[in-house]
Amino acid sequence: MKVLKVDPIKNGTVIDHIPAGLAQRVLATLKPRVSDIVMMGMNFSSKVMGQKDIIKIEGRELTQNEVNSIALIAPEAKVSIIRDLKVAQKSKVEIPELIEGLVACGNAKCITNGEPMQTKFRLINAGKRELACQYCERVFNADELKHL
Amino acid sequence: MKNLISMRDLNVEDIQQLLALAESLEKDPMQLDLSRRVMAAMFYEASTRTRMSFESAMKRLKGEVVAMIGTSGTSVEKGETLADTSKIMARYSDIIVMRHPLEGAARYVSEQVDIPVVNAGDGANQHPTQSLLDLYTIKKSQGSLENLKLALIGDLKYGRTVHSLVYALAPFKPEFYFVAPDSLRMPAYIVNDLKNMGVNFKLRENLDDIVPDLDIMYVTRIQRERFPDREEYEKVKNAFIISSQTLEGAKDNMKVMHPLPRVNEITTDVDSTKYAYYFDQAENGVYMRQAILATLLGEAK
Repeated sequence: MKVLKVDPIKNGTVIDHIPAGLAQRVLATLKPRVSDIVMMGMNFSSKVMGQKDIIKIEGRELTQNEVNSIALIAPEAKVSIIRDLKVAQKSKVEIPELIEGLVACGNAKCITNGEPMQTKFRLINAGKRELACQYCERVFNADELKHL
Repeated sequence: MKNLISMRDLNVEDIQQLLALAESLEKDPMQLDLSRRVMAAMFYEASTRTRMSFESAMKRLKGEVVAMIGTSGTSVEKGETLADTSKIMARYSDIIVMRHPLEGAARYVSEQVDIPVVNAGDGANQHPTQSLLDLYTIKKSQGSLENLKLALIGDLKYGRTVHSLVYALAPFKPEFYFVAPDSLRMPAYIVNDLKNMGVNFKLRENLDDIVPDLDIMYVTRIQRERFPDREEYEKVKNAFIISSQTLEGAKDNMKVMHPLPRVNEITTDVDSTKYAYYFDQAENGVYMRQAILATLLGEAK
Protein backbone atom coordinates (compact mmCIF):
# COMPACT_ATOMS: atom_id res chain seq x y z
CA MET A 1 0.00 0.00 0.00
CA LYS A 2 1.19 3.48 -0.91
CA VAL A 3 1.87 5.52 2.20
CA LEU A 4 1.34 9.21 1.80
CA LYS A 5 3.72 11.47 3.74
CA VAL A 6 1.26 14.35 3.43
CA ASP A 7 -2.44 13.89 4.06
CA PRO A 8 -4.71 13.99 1.02
CA ILE A 9 -6.98 17.01 0.76
CA LYS A 10 -10.69 16.99 0.10
CA ASN A 11 -11.03 20.24 -1.76
CA GLY A 12 -8.27 22.58 -2.82
CA THR A 13 -5.05 22.68 -4.79
CA VAL A 14 -1.97 20.48 -5.00
CA ILE A 15 1.22 21.90 -6.42
CA ASP A 16 3.55 19.02 -7.24
CA HIS A 17 6.96 18.72 -8.89
CA ILE A 18 8.32 21.92 -7.40
CA PRO A 19 12.13 21.77 -7.67
CA ALA A 20 13.52 20.89 -4.21
CA GLY A 21 14.10 23.95 -2.10
CA LEU A 22 11.66 26.26 -3.88
CA ALA A 23 8.46 25.44 -1.97
CA GLN A 24 8.86 28.34 0.44
CA ARG A 25 9.23 30.83 -2.39
CA VAL A 26 6.25 29.39 -4.22
CA LEU A 27 4.16 29.57 -1.07
CA ALA A 28 5.26 33.14 -0.37
CA THR A 29 3.91 34.31 -3.74
CA LEU A 30 0.55 32.68 -2.99
CA LYS A 31 0.20 34.70 0.22
CA PRO A 32 -1.74 32.12 2.25
CA ARG A 33 -4.81 33.45 4.02
CA VAL A 34 -5.67 32.64 7.61
CA SER A 35 -8.44 30.32 6.38
CA ASP A 36 -6.09 28.27 4.17
CA ILE A 37 -4.84 25.01 5.59
CA VAL A 38 -1.42 24.52 4.04
CA MET A 39 0.83 21.47 3.98
CA MET A 40 4.30 21.80 2.63
CA GLY A 41 6.63 18.90 1.94
CA MET A 42 10.25 19.39 1.08
CA ASN A 43 12.90 17.14 -0.45
CA PHE A 44 10.62 14.23 -1.20
CA SER A 45 12.13 11.63 -3.49
CA SER A 46 10.95 11.79 -7.07
CA LYS A 47 11.58 9.39 -9.95
CA VAL A 48 11.74 12.21 -12.44
CA MET A 49 13.36 14.96 -10.44
CA GLY A 50 15.46 13.13 -7.85
CA GLN A 51 14.06 15.36 -5.14
CA LYS A 52 11.03 17.60 -5.15
CA ASP A 53 8.87 19.82 -3.00
CA ILE A 54 5.09 19.68 -2.78
CA ILE A 55 2.42 22.03 -1.46
CA LYS A 56 -1.19 21.23 -0.67
CA ILE A 57 -3.73 23.90 0.12
CA GLU A 58 -7.02 22.77 1.59
CA GLY A 59 -10.05 24.86 0.76
CA ARG A 60 -8.60 27.08 -1.94
CA GLU A 61 -8.54 26.74 -5.72
CA LEU A 62 -5.78 28.77 -7.31
CA THR A 63 -6.73 31.31 -9.95
CA GLN A 64 -5.02 31.47 -13.33
CA ASN A 65 -3.02 34.51 -12.20
CA GLU A 66 -1.80 32.64 -9.13
CA VAL A 67 -0.82 29.65 -11.25
CA ASN A 68 1.11 32.04 -13.50
CA SER A 69 3.03 33.42 -10.57
CA ILE A 70 4.16 29.87 -9.77
CA ALA A 71 5.37 29.47 -13.34
CA LEU A 72 7.81 32.32 -12.90
CA ILE A 73 9.50 30.48 -10.00
CA ALA A 74 9.00 26.82 -10.79
CA PRO A 75 8.08 26.28 -14.45
CA GLU A 76 8.27 22.49 -13.97
CA ALA A 77 5.53 22.43 -11.33
CA LYS A 78 2.20 20.71 -11.87
CA VAL A 79 -0.99 22.11 -10.41
CA SER A 80 -4.00 19.95 -9.63
CA ILE A 81 -7.35 21.24 -8.46
CA ILE A 82 -8.95 18.74 -6.08
CA ARG A 83 -12.71 18.49 -5.61
CA ASP A 84 -14.21 15.90 -3.31
CA LEU A 85 -10.90 13.99 -3.06
CA LYS A 86 -10.64 13.65 -6.85
CA VAL A 87 -8.42 15.49 -9.30
CA ALA A 88 -10.86 17.76 -11.09
CA GLN A 89 -8.31 19.56 -13.20
CA LYS A 90 -4.62 19.00 -13.79
CA SER A 91 -2.39 21.47 -15.51
CA LYS A 92 1.26 22.17 -16.17
CA VAL A 93 2.11 25.69 -15.27
CA GLU A 94 3.13 27.90 -18.11
CA ILE A 95 4.50 31.43 -18.18
CA PRO A 96 1.89 33.47 -20.08
CA GLU A 97 2.84 35.80 -22.94
CA LEU A 98 1.79 38.82 -20.90
CA ILE A 99 2.42 38.98 -17.15
CA GLU A 100 0.43 41.74 -15.50
CA GLY A 101 0.80 43.01 -11.97
CA LEU A 102 2.69 39.96 -10.70
CA VAL A 103 6.27 41.13 -10.37
CA ALA A 104 7.98 44.48 -9.83
CA CYS A 105 10.36 45.84 -12.44
CA GLY A 106 13.99 45.50 -11.39
CA ASN A 107 14.91 48.84 -12.93
CA ALA A 108 14.71 51.53 -10.26
CA LYS A 109 14.32 54.17 -12.98
CA CYS A 110 11.35 52.41 -14.59
CA ILE A 111 8.09 54.38 -14.60
CA THR A 112 6.34 51.43 -12.92
CA ASN A 113 8.42 52.15 -9.82
CA GLY A 114 7.51 55.83 -9.88
CA GLU A 115 3.77 55.92 -10.53
CA PRO A 116 0.80 54.07 -8.99
CA MET A 117 0.32 51.62 -11.87
CA GLN A 118 0.42 47.95 -12.81
CA THR A 119 3.57 46.34 -14.17
CA LYS A 120 3.45 44.50 -17.49
CA PHE A 121 6.05 42.07 -18.78
CA ARG A 122 6.19 40.20 -22.05
CA LEU A 123 7.68 36.72 -22.19
CA ILE A 124 10.54 36.83 -24.67
CA ASN A 125 12.23 33.48 -24.01
CA ALA A 126 10.29 30.76 -22.21
CA GLY A 127 13.30 28.39 -21.92
CA LYS A 128 15.52 30.99 -20.31
CA ARG A 129 12.53 32.52 -18.47
CA GLU A 130 13.38 35.97 -19.81
CA LEU A 131 10.84 38.76 -19.52
CA ALA A 132 10.93 42.26 -20.98
CA CYS A 133 9.31 45.15 -19.16
CA GLN A 134 6.65 46.68 -21.44
CA TYR A 135 7.60 50.13 -20.23
CA CYS A 136 11.36 50.52 -19.75
CA GLU A 137 12.05 47.70 -22.28
CA ARG A 138 14.70 46.06 -20.08
CA VAL A 139 15.06 42.31 -20.13
CA PHE A 140 15.22 40.32 -16.90
CA ASN A 141 15.46 36.72 -15.86
CA ALA A 142 12.37 35.75 -13.81
CA ASP A 143 14.60 35.11 -10.77
CA GLU A 144 15.67 38.76 -10.76
CA LEU A 145 12.13 40.05 -10.31
CA LYS A 146 10.47 40.52 -6.93
CA HIS A 147 6.92 39.22 -6.61
CA LEU A 148 4.31 41.84 -5.70
CA MET B 1 1.45 54.48 -36.64
CA LYS B 2 -0.53 55.83 -33.70
CA ASN B 3 2.31 56.88 -31.41
CA LEU B 4 6.08 57.17 -31.58
CA ILE B 5 7.42 55.64 -28.40
CA SER B 6 10.34 53.39 -29.31
CA MET B 7 12.39 52.61 -32.42
CA ARG B 8 11.51 48.96 -31.72
CA ASP B 9 7.91 49.69 -32.77
CA LEU B 10 8.88 50.88 -36.26
CA ASN B 11 9.40 48.72 -39.30
CA VAL B 12 11.53 49.65 -42.31
CA GLU B 13 8.50 50.95 -44.23
CA ASP B 14 7.49 53.28 -41.39
CA ILE B 15 11.03 54.65 -41.37
CA GLN B 16 11.15 55.05 -45.16
CA GLN B 17 7.83 56.92 -45.13
CA LEU B 18 9.01 59.34 -42.47
CA LEU B 19 12.29 59.92 -44.33
CA ALA B 20 10.42 60.64 -47.55
CA LEU B 21 8.01 63.03 -45.87
CA ALA B 22 10.82 64.89 -44.08
CA GLU B 23 12.58 65.30 -47.41
CA SER B 24 9.45 66.57 -49.08
CA LEU B 25 8.71 68.98 -46.21
CA GLU B 26 12.22 70.36 -46.36
CA LYS B 27 11.67 71.18 -50.04
CA ASP B 28 8.14 72.46 -49.69
CA PRO B 29 7.12 73.35 -46.13
CA MET B 30 3.88 75.01 -47.32
CA GLN B 31 2.33 71.71 -48.48
CA LEU B 32 0.91 71.03 -45.01
CA ASP B 33 -1.18 73.21 -42.78
CA LEU B 34 -1.50 72.28 -39.11
CA SER B 35 -3.34 75.46 -38.15
CA ARG B 36 -5.88 74.90 -35.36
CA ARG B 37 -3.90 71.85 -34.24
CA VAL B 38 -2.29 72.11 -30.82
CA MET B 39 0.82 70.30 -29.64
CA ALA B 40 1.29 69.89 -25.88
CA ALA B 41 4.92 69.77 -24.83
CA MET B 42 5.14 67.92 -21.49
CA PHE B 43 8.73 68.29 -20.42
CA TYR B 44 9.36 66.89 -16.97
CA GLU B 45 13.01 67.74 -17.34
CA ALA B 46 14.83 70.47 -19.17
CA SER B 47 15.82 69.99 -22.79
CA THR B 48 16.18 73.19 -24.72
CA ARG B 49 17.11 71.76 -28.05
CA THR B 50 14.61 68.94 -28.40
CA ARG B 51 11.74 71.08 -27.15
CA MET B 52 12.56 74.09 -29.32
CA SER B 53 13.07 71.85 -32.32
CA PHE B 54 9.57 70.42 -31.82
CA GLU B 55 8.07 73.86 -31.26
CA SER B 56 9.75 75.16 -34.37
CA ALA B 57 8.52 72.15 -36.35
CA MET B 58 4.93 72.69 -35.21
CA LYS B 59 4.97 76.46 -35.70
CA ARG B 60 6.51 76.32 -39.15
CA LEU B 61 3.49 74.20 -40.12
CA LYS B 62 1.24 76.90 -38.60
CA GLY B 63 0.34 74.76 -35.59
CA GLU B 64 0.09 75.96 -32.01
CA VAL B 65 2.05 74.88 -28.96
CA VAL B 66 1.22 74.77 -25.26
CA ALA B 67 4.07 73.79 -22.98
CA MET B 68 4.87 72.55 -19.53
CA ILE B 69 8.59 73.03 -18.96
CA GLY B 70 9.89 71.43 -15.82
CA THR B 71 7.59 70.58 -12.93
CA SER B 72 8.22 73.53 -10.66
CA GLY B 73 5.04 75.46 -9.96
CA THR B 74 2.84 72.86 -11.69
CA SER B 75 0.24 70.45 -10.35
CA VAL B 76 2.91 67.74 -10.60
CA GLU B 77 4.61 69.35 -7.62
CA LYS B 78 1.35 69.09 -5.70
CA GLY B 79 1.48 65.34 -6.22
CA GLU B 80 -0.64 64.85 -9.33
CA THR B 81 -0.05 61.50 -11.01
CA LEU B 82 1.40 61.27 -14.51
CA ALA B 83 -1.85 59.62 -15.62
CA ASP B 84 -3.95 62.58 -14.47
CA THR B 85 -1.61 65.23 -15.87
CA SER B 86 -1.56 63.55 -19.26
CA LYS B 87 -5.34 63.05 -19.37
CA ILE B 88 -5.77 66.76 -18.81
CA MET B 89 -3.15 67.63 -21.42
CA ALA B 90 -5.06 65.43 -23.83
CA ARG B 91 -8.14 67.66 -23.31
CA TYR B 92 -6.07 70.72 -24.18
CA SER B 93 -4.28 69.45 -27.25
CA ASP B 94 -4.22 67.16 -30.29
CA ILE B 95 -0.82 65.56 -29.73
CA ILE B 96 1.51 65.15 -26.75
CA VAL B 97 5.28 65.41 -27.01
CA MET B 98 6.89 64.38 -23.77
CA ARG B 99 10.20 63.99 -22.01
CA HIS B 100 10.42 62.33 -18.63
CA PRO B 101 13.32 61.15 -16.47
CA LEU B 102 11.74 57.73 -15.85
CA GLU B 103 12.01 54.97 -18.45
CA GLY B 104 8.77 53.88 -20.04
CA ALA B 105 6.91 57.09 -19.09
CA ALA B 106 5.86 57.84 -22.68
CA ARG B 107 4.54 54.28 -23.19
CA TYR B 108 2.48 54.64 -20.03
CA VAL B 109 1.06 58.00 -21.10
CA SER B 110 0.18 56.55 -24.52
CA GLU B 111 -2.01 54.00 -22.69
CA GLN B 112 -3.78 56.74 -20.74
CA VAL B 113 -4.81 59.07 -23.56
CA ASP B 114 -6.58 58.81 -26.91
CA ILE B 115 -4.40 61.32 -28.74
CA PRO B 116 -0.98 60.47 -30.25
CA VAL B 117 2.07 60.55 -27.99
CA VAL B 118 5.64 61.22 -29.09
CA ASN B 119 8.49 60.15 -26.84
CA ALA B 120 11.05 62.95 -26.71
CA GLY B 121 13.28 60.99 -24.35
CA ASP B 122 12.48 58.70 -21.41
CA GLY B 123 15.52 58.50 -19.16
CA ALA B 124 18.21 56.22 -20.55
CA ASN B 125 15.70 54.24 -22.61
CA GLN B 126 14.62 55.71 -25.95
CA HIS B 127 14.81 58.92 -27.94
CA PRO B 128 13.33 57.85 -31.26
CA THR B 129 13.02 61.29 -32.84
CA GLN B 130 16.79 61.72 -32.43
CA SER B 131 17.40 58.36 -34.12
CA LEU B 132 15.09 59.30 -36.98
CA LEU B 133 16.67 62.69 -37.52
CA ASP B 134 20.06 60.98 -37.51
CA LEU B 135 18.87 58.58 -40.19
CA TYR B 136 17.50 61.48 -42.21
CA THR B 137 20.80 63.34 -41.86
CA ILE B 138 22.82 60.32 -42.97
CA LYS B 139 20.54 59.70 -45.93
CA LYS B 140 20.55 63.35 -46.97
CA SER B 141 24.33 63.62 -46.81
CA GLN B 142 25.11 60.28 -48.47
CA GLY B 143 22.15 59.92 -50.83
CA SER B 144 21.30 56.49 -49.39
CA LEU B 145 21.35 54.51 -46.17
CA GLU B 146 22.68 51.36 -47.80
CA ASN B 147 26.20 49.95 -47.41
CA LEU B 148 27.70 52.85 -45.46
CA LYS B 149 30.85 52.78 -43.35
CA LEU B 150 30.34 54.54 -40.05
CA ALA B 151 32.54 55.16 -37.05
CA LEU B 152 30.73 55.72 -33.78
CA ILE B 153 33.11 57.50 -31.45
CA GLY B 154 33.19 58.31 -27.75
CA ASP B 155 30.95 57.02 -24.99
CA LEU B 156 29.37 53.94 -26.55
CA LYS B 157 28.48 52.38 -23.23
CA TYR B 158 25.96 54.89 -21.90
CA GLY B 159 25.12 56.71 -25.12
CA ARG B 160 21.42 56.10 -25.75
CA THR B 161 21.67 57.89 -29.09
CA VAL B 162 24.27 55.56 -30.54
CA HIS B 163 22.48 52.49 -29.24
CA SER B 164 19.28 53.25 -31.08
CA LEU B 165 21.20 54.40 -34.14
CA VAL B 166 22.92 51.04 -34.61
CA TYR B 167 19.57 49.24 -34.46
CA ALA B 168 17.97 51.76 -36.81
CA LEU B 169 20.76 51.30 -39.36
CA ALA B 170 21.08 47.53 -39.03
CA PRO B 171 18.65 46.69 -41.88
CA PHE B 172 20.68 48.80 -44.33
CA LYS B 173 23.86 46.67 -44.37
CA PRO B 174 26.18 49.10 -42.59
CA GLU B 175 29.80 48.53 -41.58
CA PHE B 176 30.51 49.93 -38.15
CA TYR B 177 33.67 50.86 -36.32
CA PHE B 178 32.97 51.23 -32.62
CA VAL B 179 35.70 53.53 -31.37
CA ALA B 180 35.72 53.89 -27.58
CA PRO B 181 38.02 53.59 -24.57
CA ASP B 182 37.92 50.15 -23.05
CA SER B 183 35.76 51.26 -20.12
CA LEU B 184 33.12 52.83 -22.40
CA ARG B 185 32.78 50.10 -25.01
CA MET B 186 29.55 49.15 -26.75
CA PRO B 187 27.59 46.94 -24.31
CA ALA B 188 27.87 43.19 -24.83
CA TYR B 189 24.13 42.70 -25.38
CA ILE B 190 24.18 45.08 -28.34
CA VAL B 191 27.34 43.50 -29.78
CA ASN B 192 25.64 40.09 -29.50
CA ASP B 193 22.45 41.36 -31.12
CA LEU B 194 24.47 42.73 -34.04
CA LYS B 195 26.30 39.41 -34.45
CA ASN B 196 22.96 37.61 -34.55
CA MET B 197 21.68 40.07 -37.15
CA GLY B 198 24.79 39.54 -39.25
CA VAL B 199 25.87 43.18 -39.02
CA ASN B 200 29.56 43.91 -39.70
CA PHE B 201 31.45 45.78 -37.02
CA LYS B 202 34.94 46.23 -35.61
CA LEU B 203 35.90 47.38 -32.12
CA ARG B 204 38.67 49.97 -31.92
CA GLU B 205 40.31 52.06 -29.24
CA ASN B 206 41.43 54.82 -31.59
CA LEU B 207 40.83 56.24 -35.06
CA ASP B 208 44.22 55.19 -36.51
CA ASP B 209 44.02 54.28 -40.20
CA ILE B 210 40.25 54.20 -40.44
CA VAL B 211 39.47 57.84 -41.32
CA PRO B 212 39.99 57.44 -45.12
CA ASP B 213 37.55 54.55 -45.05
CA LEU B 214 34.57 56.36 -43.56
CA ASP B 215 31.35 57.88 -44.86
CA ILE B 216 30.15 59.05 -41.44
CA MET B 217 31.86 59.88 -38.17
CA TYR B 218 29.31 60.02 -35.37
CA VAL B 219 30.95 61.67 -32.37
CA THR B 220 29.55 61.67 -28.84
CA ARG B 221 30.72 63.34 -25.68
CA ILE B 222 32.78 61.49 -23.10
CA GLN B 223 31.67 62.64 -19.68
CA ARG B 224 34.31 62.86 -17.00
CA GLU B 225 31.82 61.54 -14.42
CA ARG B 226 31.83 58.19 -16.20
CA PHE B 227 35.42 57.52 -15.17
CA PRO B 228 36.41 56.15 -11.77
CA ASP B 229 39.37 58.52 -11.54
CA ARG B 230 40.57 61.65 -13.22
CA GLU B 231 43.86 60.13 -14.30
CA GLU B 232 42.18 57.52 -16.43
CA TYR B 233 39.99 60.17 -18.02
CA GLU B 234 42.98 62.37 -18.87
CA LYS B 235 44.72 59.36 -20.42
CA VAL B 236 42.00 58.57 -22.92
CA LYS B 237 40.23 61.84 -23.63
CA ASN B 238 42.65 63.14 -26.29
CA ALA B 239 42.29 60.02 -28.40
CA PHE B 240 38.66 60.97 -28.92
CA ILE B 241 39.02 64.62 -29.85
CA ILE B 242 38.35 65.34 -33.51
CA SER B 243 40.24 68.24 -35.08
CA SER B 244 40.73 69.26 -38.70
CA GLN B 245 44.02 67.33 -38.50
CA THR B 246 42.22 64.13 -37.56
CA LEU B 247 40.19 64.46 -40.74
CA GLU B 248 43.15 64.56 -43.14
CA GLY B 249 42.74 61.97 -45.85
CA ALA B 250 38.99 61.66 -45.37
CA LYS B 251 36.77 60.99 -48.40
CA ASP B 252 35.01 64.01 -49.95
CA ASN B 253 31.58 62.73 -48.96
CA MET B 254 32.58 62.08 -45.34
CA LYS B 255 30.48 63.94 -42.75
CA VAL B 256 30.99 64.49 -39.03
CA MET B 257 27.84 64.24 -36.94
CA HIS B 258 27.23 64.95 -33.26
CA PRO B 259 23.91 64.98 -31.32
CA LEU B 260 25.13 68.17 -29.54
CA PRO B 261 25.86 69.85 -27.23
CA ARG B 262 29.56 69.34 -27.86
CA VAL B 263 32.12 70.39 -25.32
CA ASN B 264 35.60 69.82 -26.66
CA GLU B 265 35.34 66.53 -28.55
CA ILE B 266 35.12 68.35 -31.90
CA THR B 267 37.42 71.36 -32.05
CA THR B 268 35.98 74.53 -33.59
CA ASP B 269 38.43 74.45 -36.51
CA VAL B 270 36.39 71.53 -37.87
CA ASP B 271 33.32 73.80 -38.18
CA SER B 272 34.61 75.50 -41.32
CA THR B 273 35.58 72.27 -43.11
CA LYS B 274 33.32 70.56 -45.62
CA TYR B 275 33.10 67.63 -43.23
CA ALA B 276 31.23 69.49 -40.47
CA TYR B 277 27.59 68.46 -40.54
CA TYR B 278 26.37 68.72 -36.94
CA PHE B 279 24.58 72.04 -37.37
CA ASP B 280 22.82 70.70 -40.46
CA GLN B 281 21.93 67.69 -38.35
CA ALA B 282 20.22 69.94 -35.79
CA GLU B 283 18.29 71.68 -38.59
CA ASN B 284 17.25 68.32 -40.03
CA GLY B 285 15.63 67.63 -36.69
CA VAL B 286 12.97 70.20 -37.52
CA TYR B 287 12.05 68.52 -40.83
CA MET B 288 11.97 65.07 -39.30
CA ARG B 289 9.84 66.27 -36.38
CA GLN B 290 7.46 67.95 -38.83
CA ALA B 291 7.14 64.62 -40.61
CA ILE B 292 6.46 62.84 -37.32
CA LEU B 293 3.88 65.39 -36.10
CA ALA B 294 2.07 65.46 -39.45
CA THR B 295 2.01 61.66 -39.72
CA LEU B 296 0.66 61.11 -36.21
CA LEU B 297 -1.92 63.90 -36.63
CA GLY B 298 -3.15 62.15 -39.76
CA GLU B 299 -2.21 65.10 -41.95
CA ALA B 300 0.52 63.45 -44.03
CA LYS B 301 -0.40 63.27 -47.67
